[in-house]
Amino acid sequence: MISLFILVPLASVILLNLFKGSLINKIACWFGMLLTLAQVYLIVFPCACFWNNLTNPLGNYFILNLSADALTKVMLLMIGIVTFISLMIGQYTYHEETQKFNFANLVILAFAGMNGIVLVTDIFSLYVFIEVVAVASFILICLYKDKAGFESAFKYIILSIAATVFILLSIALLFLISGDTSFAAISSAAKNPNFSFILVVAIGLFICGAFTKGGLVPFHSWLPDAHSSAPTSISILLSGIVIKVSGLYPLIRLLTITGGGNESIKNILLIVGTVSILVGAFAALGQSDIKRMLAFSSVSQMGYVVLSLGTGTTLGIVGAVFHMFNHSVFKSQLFANSAAVEKQTGTRDMNKLGGIAQKMPFTGTTSIIGMLSICGIPPLAGFWSKLIIVIALWQTAHYGYAFVAVIASVITLAYFLSLQRRVFFGKIAVGLENIKEAKAGLIIPVVLLAVVTILVGIFFPVVMNKLIMPVGDILK
Amino acid sequence: MNYDLLLLIILMLAALMTVLSTRILIAAIGLALTSIMITIIMFRLNSPLAGVFELSICAGLITVIFISTISFVKPLTDQEIDDRTKLRMKKYLALPVLLILIGIILIALIKPISIEIPVTIQGLSVREILWNMRQIDLLGQVIILLVGVFGIVVLFRDIQKEAHKK
Repeated sequence: MISLFILVPLASVILLNLFKGSLINKIACWFGMLLTLAQVYLIVFPCACFWNNLTNPLGNYFILNLSADALTKVMLLMIGIVTFISLMIGQYTYHEETQKFNFANLVILAFAGMNGIVLVTDIFSLYVFIEVVAVASFILICLYKDKAGFESAFKYIILSIAATVFILLSIALLFLISGDTSFAAISSAAKNPNFSFILVVAIGLFICGAFTKGGLVPFHSWLPDAHSSAPTSISILLSGIVIKVSGLYPLIRLLTITGGGNESIKNILLIVGTVSILVGAFAALGQSDIKRMLAFSSVSQMGYVVLSLGTGTTLGIVGAVFHMFNHSVFKSQLFANSAAVEKQTGTRDMNKLGGIAQKMPFTGTTSIIGMLSICGIPPLAGFWSKLIIVIALWQTAHYGYAFVAVIASVITLAYFLSLQRRVFFGKIAVGLENIKEAKAGLIIPVVLLAVVTILVGIFFPVVMNKLIMPVGDILK
Repeated sequence: MNYDLLLLIILMLAALMTVLSTRILIAAIGLALTSIMITIIMFRLNSPLAGVFELSICAGLITVIFISTISFVKPLTDQEIDDRTKLRMKKYLALPVLLILIGIILIALIKPISIEIPVTIQGLSVREILWNMRQIDLLGQVIILLVGVFGIVVLFRDIQKEAHKK
């Protein structure tokens, strides 16, 4: 039945277009939200009749080899949450019905593609679904059809093609040594010491592709442009989930099926992770556009994920996945906050803003929660994932990297405090005296995400035991 | 002279022609030539299925689409072509030299390795591979096609509407 995660969104898009009309245009986003909520429900309240049911809805004619382990379930949950928020923000930020309809269709198709990435059991199929998400992202980035959007989409296409070349070369080498592209065949070929050299080259090439898709240094140049010029509902999707599902999830999957690679691969991950953390954080310090700062912050936070993967231990992988989950929640929330600020004030330039927390109390308060979580302040969710990453580094005697991870949190705090001071606190900026709080459509998603951030932090042991720790089993 | 080496040199020249040309028609022809070279190499590597796909889709269909699209585009004047060619040559003069150098270094560094390679799927027809073994990929391609259709609708239909209004 897990094939329904791909088939239902696909069928929904076909149905929406078959019965296209004024009413369908209006409800397309709501329909998408319903699908994403159903996905979240199936993960949070797992039903054996769904997960253990091996019935193929397409009969024996069209067999889809899919599987769902603990990592897949966490990823499906993240995809569900972020896509729900993106659709909700889109529902309130697009005014034209046709634009809303096209947006909903593209996001639902990207949703199907992302579900495909995490469910497939074959590395070539993984690549096919990565391309589904990439093509949807190109179009979504330039949805406003302005010059900046086209330029960013073009930049993304070029870098994405480079990533594709790396990934395909890697797949070709893996096919060469395993005779098949299924995860099982690659896993058994990886145990053969005769193939160790080719395997390292293949993993190295795959890492280059994954880093480009994930926006890590030195392949990150597309990310700030794309995230800042895309509509906010798309920025949420890109920063909240696309970079993780297209870049980091495939990397985690390959590393786990091949046994984590050798020491040189681990060192590359540690170095790139550290450089990304620092470059992203220092670049964020110098920004005056809120979304651009959040985009550079994503580069920095993805660095933490890669740094954690570099330890090669079960705890490192658990920390990486937990930080990806937390980042998808608080970064979506911070982007939604920026959408509310832009909608009410008409600008994202921090130099033109100031003191708006008194006029927009919900936006101001939730942005503080998001900020505290991303900076790793206890007891919020971000604190726990960063703590696990630091412990994983300490356990593997990477003391220097652990020190950098802690120091970079202070830099994160510095640029987010600067954002808070320039946007929400102090005297109200000239011309903004009469602004009001954003409407419910923009407030409900940020409040929901802030509640998730707080609850994950407070009920950390439950979340850890039920959802995150089982991810470590994929190494067994 | 080794045929493979000759094919690789022509492949590289065709690829350079594609990226360095200022006329998009020549770039499209360069791309078609690159695809034809890849096809021949695939046939020589005993991979006729991949070769047929490369020839029909990349060298055939895509080139036809490119050339049809280019016929709608306003051509550059001779002066514009001269200016752009000079600028591009100046900018990318080092590219062919760099490629040749990398090639020489790689040939010198990489030594042939002998490993026992597992037997891959052989002798299966396209129909068997696509419909019996790669059904999930077909589903992915259906979604890509749908996304592409939406892309065209989103990016071009409104532009057409605006043009009609004017």
